[in-house]
Amino acid sequence: MATLIAPITFSPGADAEALHKAFKGWGTDEKTVIAILGHRNVYQRQQIRKLYEEMYQEDLIKRLESELTGDFERSVYRWMLEPADRDAVLANVAIKDGSKGYHVIVEIACVLSSEELLAARRAYHHRYKRSLEEDVATNTSGDLRQLLVGLVTSYRYGGDEINARLAKTESDILHSSIKEKKGNHEEAIRILTTRSKTQLLATFNRYRDDHGASITKKLLDDASDDFRKALHTAIRCINDHKKYYEKVLRNAIKRVGTDEDALTRVVVSRAEKDLRNIAEIYYKRNSVHLEDAVAKEISGDYKKFILTLLGKDV
Amino acid sequence: MIVFIIIIIIIIIIIIIIIIIIIIIIIIIIIIIIIDCIIILNESHNDTDIFWENHVVYDEWWTVFSGHGVDEKSLVTLLGKWDPLERESFRKKTPHLFTEDHERHFQRWDDHYVHLLKHEFVRFKNAVVLWSMHPWERDARLVREALKKGQNAYGVLVEVACTRSSEELLGARKAYHSLFDHSIEEDVASHIHSIERKLLIALLSAYRYEGSKVKDDTAKSEAKVLSNAIKNAHKKPINEDDEVIRILSTRSKLHLQAVYKHYNEISGKNLDEDLDDLRFKETVQCLCIPQIYFSKVLNAALRIDVDKNTKKSLTRVIVTRAEIDMKEIKAEYHNLYGVSLPQKVEEVARGNYKDFLLNLIVRGG
Repeated sequence: MATLIAPITFSPGADAEALHKAFKGWGTDEKTVIAILGHRNVYQRQQIRKLYEEMYQEDLIKRLESELTGDFERSVYRWMLEPADRDAVLANVAIKDGSKGYHVIVEIACVLSSEELLAARRAYHHRYKRSLEEDVATNTSGDLRQLLVGLVTSYRYGGDEINARLAKTESDILHSSIKEKKGNHEEAIRILTTRSKTQLLATFNRYRDDHGASITKKLLDDASDDFRKALHTAIRCINDHKKYYEKVLRNAIKRVGTDEDALTRVVVSRAEKDLRNIAEIYYKRNSVHLEDAVAKEISGDYKKFILTLLGKDV
Repeated sequence: MIVFIIIIIIIIIIIIIIIIIIIIIIIIIIIIIIIDCIIILNESHNDTDIFWENHVVYDEWWTVFSGHGVDEKSLVTLLGKWDPLERESFRKKTPHLFTEDHERHFQRWDDHYVHLLKHEFVRFKNAVVLWSMHPWERDARLVREALKKGQNAYGVLVEVACTRSSEELLGARKAYHSLFDHSIEEDVASHIHSIERKLLIALLSAYRYEGSKVKDDTAKSEAKVLSNAIKNAHKKPINEDDEVIRILSTRSKLHLQAVYKHYNEISGKNLDEDLDDLRFKETVQCLCIPQIYFSKVLNAALRIDVDKNTKKSLTRVIVTRAEIDMKEIKAEYHNLYGVSLPQKVEEVARGNYKDFLLNLIVRGG
């Protein structure tokens, strides 16, 4: 369920006008920006952007970029982009981040549906004049490259067909591939990058039935390299992405000096989808409401914006 | 006493007469048989002589059944009108098609040839069915078929992955979901276990950028990477080189054409000529010089006695390219082989199949 609170009827013209007024003069009326944009869904935002361009002959996003600063600006910018474009931007940033960004690439490739991933790849073409897989491949090597390129180029079958026998054989393959740390991971990569999500869930369940523990339990240790970490992320994202996002948020908030990038990323991309479910998991796990935990760690306009997206009235 | 002797003599004489009569009867029967045989032999010899005088020479009959497709019209007008004796002479005069069973006195179709003939009759139907399909279903089915056929057919996988636009390839992947309840990558990954798998999956999963922007320095440096990889191929085989696979399976086609050009400048030879591995050669040809690739495939297929799979490629290429770049392929074909494509098809194909192909070729401009 979404956390975003947006009105059913609205006037894009009135919104565009109000935003224009907010930009006038010295400084910006951030409160208005948050009050309007923080309460509009993706279609409404695109309409406002279009109308703003017609009325004032400038790109609303560019204007926001120049008027706002810091984490607040970054979060509003990401929020205003169309989802496919946003994923393309996030992917590009992640590629540049190298080792620290691989999990974002895995996230995008595994959490999105086949069509959403495709839209992101198209947006990437449009924005960066290259294919996503080109850039991922150029900046990685070996098993990690195989895994990331495979995930990013997958176009999984989206049906409900499950082959139970296949789940058993592939569960065994994954088991032996994980056990040998420096072995040939081709088969594991093949399974994770080509099978449909329903089939993979069946495989993971089979693994748990056969070995008593979930597949991700013994996957990582201190000596794990980037490949194993990416593998771990991929399995977690496919298995239950809401739990995965809860952990990302938990880590982002817990860290001394919050990881605003991660926080922004999760909130902005999931606010219209399933952030409420993620927040519920967070509460169950940490006995604190997500909004309260977030409010304690961040401040200023950024905090107000994030809390608005979380559905809290500020 | 004397009466007894006379009776014995009479009996002996009667026995002798009976024996003589039997011998005479046997001789008569033998004579009749001999005469019949002579008559029959004479008769048939005369008839086939007359037949071949009134009808077409043997060689032309062979063409009705050879080449691509079948000349339905000739079969209807000629073969359809023969009476039993004429059909028999036909069978006797075509030892390639029929074998004589001397013991039982009849001529039987050669099993192998009947099997081949079935494919020829059905060639027209297959072409029509393939042509009327949505291009996405067409490509999905071609991929599926190639996977089933085995290694010799994997060139089709390269062809589909590399000569279609990004959106067309995507469409094929969607159609594959719909038709076979699996993704193309799944099936390729689980059916193929040889070393080509890496390249094939990468090619089939690509969603290449199709715009005009190309970074020339990157193209130049990647041409160098390829050149080094080829020089070191004896130490590290090309099909295990991740960098080569990366370049070929992720870069845009325009970029790869620039790489092709730079490679030629660096090493003086063409990239596809320097690659020994067949799949890699096909990949480069399909991506950088598709019309030359298609002309080569057509040339190999436009022969009388090639194997079943090579023959099928004639239908495949013409049906899949008729609306795309048939005009350019025709020009390149003429360039390479000095014969016009329609002319060659006219030579080698027969009947409705031939007419259908020629229509498609002409459509393209």
